Formats: sequence, C-alpha cells, structure tokens
Amino acid sequence: MAGEPLNPEAPFVFHTERHLVVLTGRSACNLTELLEHLHKVSGASIFYHTHYLFLIHNFGKLRFYNEFANWASHALQEEGLAERLAAIDLLSMTSLRDLREAIIAAVEKYLGDGKRLRECPAGDEFHFCEAKSFVMPTGQVAHDVPEFFETVGQLTDSSLYFHFFEARLRLERPTNDFSIWLRHHSQPRLAQAIERLDPYETKLAELREQIVKIGRRLRA
Amino acid sequence: MAVTLQDYEEPAGPAVIEELRALADRVRGRRMRHVNSTSVGGGVAEILTRMIPLLRDLGIDARWDVIKGDQAFYNVTKAFHNALHGKTEEITEQMFEIFRATTEMNLREVDLDSDLIVIHDPQPAGLVERKKDIGRRWVWRCHIDVSTPQANVWSFLRPWVEQYDAAVFSMPDFAQQLPIPQFRVAPSIDPLADKNKPLDKAYILQVLEKYGIDPGKPMLVQISRFDRLKDPLGVIAAYRLVKKRNRCQLVLAGGGATDDPEGDKVLSEVREAASGDPDIHVLLLPPFSDLEINALVRASTVAIQKSIREGFGLTVSEAMWKKKPVIGGAVGGIKLQVIDGVTGFLVHSPEGAATRIAQLLRDRKMRERMGENGYQHVRQNFLVTRQVRDAMLATLALDHPGDSVVNLE
Repeated sequence: MAGEPLNPEAPFVFHTERHLVVLTGRSACNLTELLEHLHKVSGASIFYHTHYLFLIHNFGKLRFYNEFANWASHALQEEGLAERLAAIDLLSMTSLRDLREAIIAAVEKYLGDGKRLRECPAGDEFHFCEAKSFVMPTGQVAHDVPEFFETVGQLTDSSLYFHFFEARLRLERPTNDFSIWLRHHSQPRLAQAIERLDPYETKLAELREQIVKIGRRLRA
Repeated sequence: MAVTLQDYEEPAGPAVIEELRALADRVRGRRMRHVNSTSVGGGVAEILTRMIPLLRDLGIDARWDVIKGDQAFYNVTKAFHNALHGKTEEITEQMFEIFRATTEMNLREVDLDSDLIVIHDPQPAGLVERKKDIGRRWVWRCHIDVSTPQANVWSFLRPWVEQYDAAVFSMPDFAQQLPIPQFRVAPSIDPLADKNKPLDKAYILQVLEKYGIDPGKPMLVQISRFDRLKDPLGVIAAYRLVKKRNRCQLVLAGGGATDDPEGDKVLSEVREAASGDPDIHVLLLPPFSDLEINALVRASTVAIQKSIREGFGLTVSEAMWKKKPVIGGAVGGIKLQVIDGVTGFLVHSPEGAATRIAQLLRDRKMRERMGENGYQHVRQNFLVTRQVRDAMLATLALDHPGDSVVNLE
C-alpha cells in the first residue's frame, strides 16, 4: 500500500517512514546559486527542505520550518524573502512541482525587486539534501472506523508524518490518507473535518489529539 | 555486564526499540564488518564499542576489525589527518609509500569476508582494493571534515574513495563532490555511558566538594580540552561580563590532548586569566574522568560550548541530554544541535555569550523550557539508537539505489 495508490476499500494499514539523508553535493552561497539549484534538484530535495523539520523538531516552536526561509534569514539576512518563503501555503500545494515553482517564483520576485546580492558567511552555505524514505507497516490495522480512531491515538509522529505529508506530496495522493479512507467508509464529514486540520500549523502530537477528538464525534 | 538493546528502552522510548526490531527484520542475518584504525580512544572506537553489540542484538552479524600499522604509519596518518582538515603539511613521496605498504600488508591480513564492509576514516580506506576480487558492498564512513583538503593528500585517497558504493559523512559541510552516493549520518551519544547515565545527587555533591565548587552558587560549565579553537579565554571574558551583575561561578574542565603541543600553552594562559578569581575553576582532568564530567554538567546551571571552529561537538548533546540550556558558538555541528532560542542560544562573541548567559541565569522558567526542549531534541535525533537505525537504513539504501521512496512491506 505504501508506494501504491491507497485502496480505500481495504482495511486501513498504518505505515510509518524513516529516512536516510542523501547529500546531493549541491550548495549555494547566494540567491542566484540557490535559484540555479532549485531548478535542478529532485522533488525529494524540495520536499526534504520544506518538511523534515516538522518531524525532527516536534517540540518547541521554530520561527520557520521551511529551510530555505531559515537560510535566507540567518545566512543572508534577507528577512523579506524569508517571510515570503515561509508564507508559501504548503497545504494548498498538490504536487512537488507546484511547490518548487512557488519557491522559485518567490526568489525570482525578490531578486527582481533589484536587491543587491549578498554572499553568505563562509560555513553558512546552503547544502541541498534529500531524504531517501523507507516506508513500512507499523503492524496496526483498522478494519472499521471505530477501530481506526482508536489506533490513531497510538500512532507515532513518523506515522502521522507519512500519512499527512509524504503520502500527499511525495506519493501525490489527492489528500491525506485518513480522509481518503474515511470518505470510502461513508464518513464524509469526518473526512472533511480531518482535511480542515492544518498539519503545518500544529505539532504532530497536537495533530494526533485533534484527530482523536474528531473521532469522538462518532460516539456523540 | 554487556549492554543490551532492551536497556535502551527507558532512555530512548519503547517505540524506538520496537521500530529498530521491525527494521532489523529486513536485514537480519546479514554480515556487516566495520574496520577502523584503533580499538580504544577516539570517537570512532567509542561509537563502535556501543553499536556492534546493539547490531548483534538485533540479529545482524556485525563484526569489528582494526588494521595494523607501525609508528611510522600512524605518523603519516596524523599528517594526513591535519592535511585533510586544511592545515598545510609537507607530505613526502616516502610518506605515501609508507601508507601504501601498510595498506598492502593489511590487505593480506584483515579478514574482509562480509556482505557489507564499512571502512572508517582515511587510515584503512585502501582496503577497498579488495572489492575487485570479492565484490560485496563497501561504504566509506568518513568522520572528519574533508571539505577543504590539501590537494596532494586528497588526490592520493580519492581513487580509493571513488571505488566505494557509498560514502557517509557526519554533516553536509564535511563532504566532497564525489561520483558515488553520499549519505549524512550524524554522530550520537550513548545515554548509558558513564558520561551520560543518571547519577545520584550524593555523588554529584561529592565531585563538587572534591574540586572546591560551591553547590549553592549558579554554575556555568564548559567541558572541552584546552584548545584555542574551543575559545576558553572567550568563555572567561563572557563570564566576567556576566559576573558584574550576577552571582555565578565558572568551571572549565577537560583533558589535555597528548598530541597537541599547543595544549599546555593554552592551559597556562587560561590559568593566568583565571588567577585571582576563586569562582573560576580550571580543572585538567585525567583520562577516564567521564563520571566526574557527567557530575559537573549535571550540577551546572548553563552549559557553554563557545567554539570558534568545531567538528560536530557532541559535548553539546551531552549537556542537552542532562536538560541544560546550551550557549554554543555558531560553528560546525553546534549549529545542528543548538536550536537558537529553543534549546539554547547560538552566539558569535564573548559579549553575545554574556548577554544570553545573564538572560538564562535570571530566568528559571526559560532554563527549564530550553533544557526540556534540548533533552527531547537529543532523544529524537542524537542517541546511539538513531545511529543504529541509520546503519540499518544505509544497508537497505544500497539494496535500492536510485529509489527515493523504498517500500519495505
């Protein structure tokens, strides 16, 4: 199920992901170089730099979870660009192609405003990486909707990360896996309620609690 | 008694152990042979000492071999090490010849029969010559920064490096442009080692008493060898600024580097700068002082790692594991560990360090929040269990070259 289209008729098989960070050997010292690489790197690299901080820094609250924004702010002191990059609405993106274009457009527009190029200090270069993801079943399976919500409360952050972020953008499913499956199990309202959650604005632990809360509507 | 995977359930969490077992199901029975140049001392030996039993406990036939070499060889590798770090070293043809001859001797003597051979650092890199005879998968695990190497040393090593199936670096900044896949695996700390394990309060007090440290006074600590790159004089300068308006004491503790002729000079400069202030404790600790170092960090209020240049700087994770907010120099691996404003502060000067230290000394809630965040950050990202997981993922990655998403049904 992991890499293939989700079969909404079957029981829900929960998956999790773990990844190894791949170094691409590409790095940038200024925005022109960044832009050049943004056109050429893989979609996996775009995904990595816009998503992995949600998984590994799921405590506290970071100013930016988008690493391009982080770099623009810290290494280049280009706060205006950092804000624009961080404001890209990830939830509205349906593919990594769109996301790449949105990032490129933000950088191009910023450069088009006649900004003088800054070089980052030595040691602060942007290194393009990507994740090689390994997806595997967690061993948890839900055969019906009540069982589904019971299981969600026990899921790890990595499992939520996979079903919400990886499945939608890397595997190009139309929405998160949970909503797809619930809709096919005659729960369109619950599916929609989960779709309305913004995983980019909450920690994964909070997201899990919110889904569990939505599940309580079943009993209500 | 040997440490088992089960022992890590408490520090790392049961889900982590369960996940390691699930991943191990996909690589069980495989033979993984690690080769490095020393069995004791140094970070590589330290991490292999912990990882090998854990990998074996997971059903992977992990082994560890050490190459042989005489003093002349190790003098050459020391010079190579410096040259790869960007320091200018005179490397003669005779030195290259010593390296080649030792490699050939080890090629005859080291048993390399395995499914995966992981060669650590430059010293045994030439063992990959065997690949053309036995095939198998080969990984070069480089723990040092080779981003700006001396050209003749890198040209000498590179033909070997390019024969590997993959290279693994601790940080992207350490890597080189290579025609083989490269992965990033950050180093890790062992929560059960003497340096990190939980300690009794009584023992901590005993250590403070031994060194004449006041247990009732807020304490700043930097654990590092006496080396200019760790900026101990900058730490004293920061402390003096803080001390103007805050009650505190400073502990600078670390071992002496036997291979660093500058070490003694730096230590005497530090002692000189500290003289006359009974609240500065400069402690030159002997080898095997891990328990005492652990106690000093646990007793501290704020931990400092104000390096000017740094490899990875695992002392930062060691302090965060003990729930201490960390003031770190914004260099090297410290930038990956200290999340500015979340687990501590990144600083660029003694003045910057002083401002942040004072802020933390005055705000207990901020210290506690950052300490807790740091602990969670280390728990998720810098424990040895994560490095064991990465070792298994790297094995699987070589089974699936080219796939960015691998389905392990």
